[in-house]
Amino acid sequence: MIRFENVYKRYPNGRDALASVSFRLERGEMAFLTGPSGAGKSTLLKLIALIERPSRGTVLIGNRNTSKVSRRRIPEFRRRLGIVFQDHKLLSDRTVFDNIALPLVIGALRRREIGRRVRAALDQVGLLGFEKHFPEALSSGEQQRVGIARAIASRPELVIADEPTGNLDPGLSREIFGLFERFNEVGVTVLVATHDLGVIAERDYRHIRLAGGKLAAADSS
Amino acid sequence: MGRVRHLLSLHAQNLLGAMGRIARQPVNSLMTIVVIAIALALPAGFRILLNNVQILSGSWEGVIDFTVYLAVDVEIERAQELMSEIEARPQVADVILVSREAALEEFRSYSGFGEALDALEENPLPHALVVRPVNDLEIDMLATELESLAGVDFVQLDTAWVERLGAILSLVRRVIDMATALLSFAVVLVIGNTIRLEINTRREEILVIKLVGGSDAFIRRPFLYTGFLFGLAGGIVAVITVAVGLRLMASPARTLAELYGSTFAIAGLTLPQTLLLLGGSAILGWAGAGIAAGRHLRAIEPS
Ligand SMILES: Nc1ncnc2c1ncn2[C@@H]1O[C@H](COP(=O)(O)OP(=O)(O)OP(=O)(O)O)[C@@H](O)[C@H]1O
Ligand SMILES: [Mg+2]
Repeated sequence: MIRFENVYKRYPNGRDALASVSFRLERGEMAFLTGPSGAGKSTLLKLIALIERPSRGTVLIGNRNTSKVSRRRIPEFRRRLGIVFQDHKLLSDRTVFDNIALPLVIGALRRREIGRRVRAALDQVGLLGFEKHFPEALSSGEQQRVGIARAIASRPELVIADEPTGNLDPGLSREIFGLFERFNEVGVTVLVATHDLGVIAERDYRHIRLAGGKLAAADSS
Repeated sequence: MGRVRHLLSLHAQNLLGAMGRIARQPVNSLMTIVVIAIALALPAGFRILLNNVQILSGSWEGVIDFTVYLAVDVEIERAQELMSEIEARPQVADVILVSREAALEEFRSYSGFGEALDALEENPLPHALVVRPVNDLEIDMLATELESLAGVDFVQLDTAWVERLGAILSLVRRVIDMATALLSFAVVLVIGNTIRLEINTRREEILVIKLVGGSDAFIRRPFLYTGFLFGLAGGIVAVITVAVGLRLMASPARTLAELYGSTFAIAGLTLPQTLLLLGGSAILGWAGAGIAAGRHLRAIEPS
């Protein structure tokens, strides 16, 4: 599903964020991306979401070479990807329903189908009945679950998350990770960047460790 | 069928959304609309006035009378002879004899030189014939013919001022054309600027939409609708402004026309003109928004 081949990323200011990174994540796999601050976790996820482009090397997503995706094709590419952000990135002037519906509206789905999918996504994150609320009326953990519902509403094969539990207490973090596990159980490929080493230590998932832009030797599973 | 309905409902949603955004900032929106309306009403109003002047001058042009001045020593009998002779010509519809006495009397009452004229021992004016041709074809030839008749001093053809007026009107028309072009450009700029501000305030939203896969076209669409609505609203206000302005002019214009014994009434915006103005303003709004969106949306990229 994800293949990095000898990927380098140098930012315009000369900063080398990733160097010689190669790894694969198979379809249906779930992995955590860990490493100290500044290790390049966010950069790696941005290469997957085509927010940044590699300076060298190849990034393949679902056998598609991201270097070959033109600027015009990026939206279509992103629609097949679920992205979860640390700061949720919800639209404060739209209801929970409208936030989750956004990718579906973009995908030009029928209204009835959108309604069904939004409710299904809300059900999966345990927020049924919150459709008419505005994000600000929700707790941080609930907002993050809305963000996750939006990421999965269009039923992507791949979900990536950048520190989805960054602002949450361990109990809430566990809940969120549990959600990702459940998606993975139904076949979604999941890659989560996180600092929450304590919570993921309780789990038996693959770690991809980054340090100073390089893969750390032990890529445990 | 389902596809068409789906598209229609998308358009309706976009339209409603754009209305909502315009209504959310009533003061700013109103100011934008008024500025657009003024920029559109000025050229439209002047064009209408020009059209009216042209209609008026056209109605004069059709009935150019000319005045045949007889030599001062020609007596009234010869004048009457000439009158019947000219009236018999097929190109002539009507001839009126203005005797030198009548001319003096008229001059006395209109010029205000009454007393000065009384001081004259002799009436200095000749007899004259006012000739109305059947139509305005070949009037130059007719004039030349009349001028060659015995006893005719000269023929004054009143086309010169009509031609001059025509030349002035086409100059004015050209000026209005240029003003229309410039003010249309101003409308595009005003709407472009409004859309630019709107894009800035919705920056975060645009970023999120791009992150979840919104295409440029998807992001641009609501702004195009907003621009379209601003243009249309400005056009509607402009039409109302022009109509009210013409209404205010109608009564003084009628009084003026009556003084000249004319039934002329100011012509307002015709339906095609109204539709042209509304359609044009909506297109200008759409274009202004499109240009602004093209320039400013590209710069907003997630990082
Ligand atoms: N847009 C950018 N321009 C320049 N340098 C950048 C940019 N983004 C990140 N960097 C640099 O690249 C390196 C990797 O950053 P990145 O955000 O990927 O780290 P991270 O592992 O996500 O860190 P954190 O855990 O703090 O989020 C850092 O040294 C950072 O300063
Ligand atoms: Mg980061």
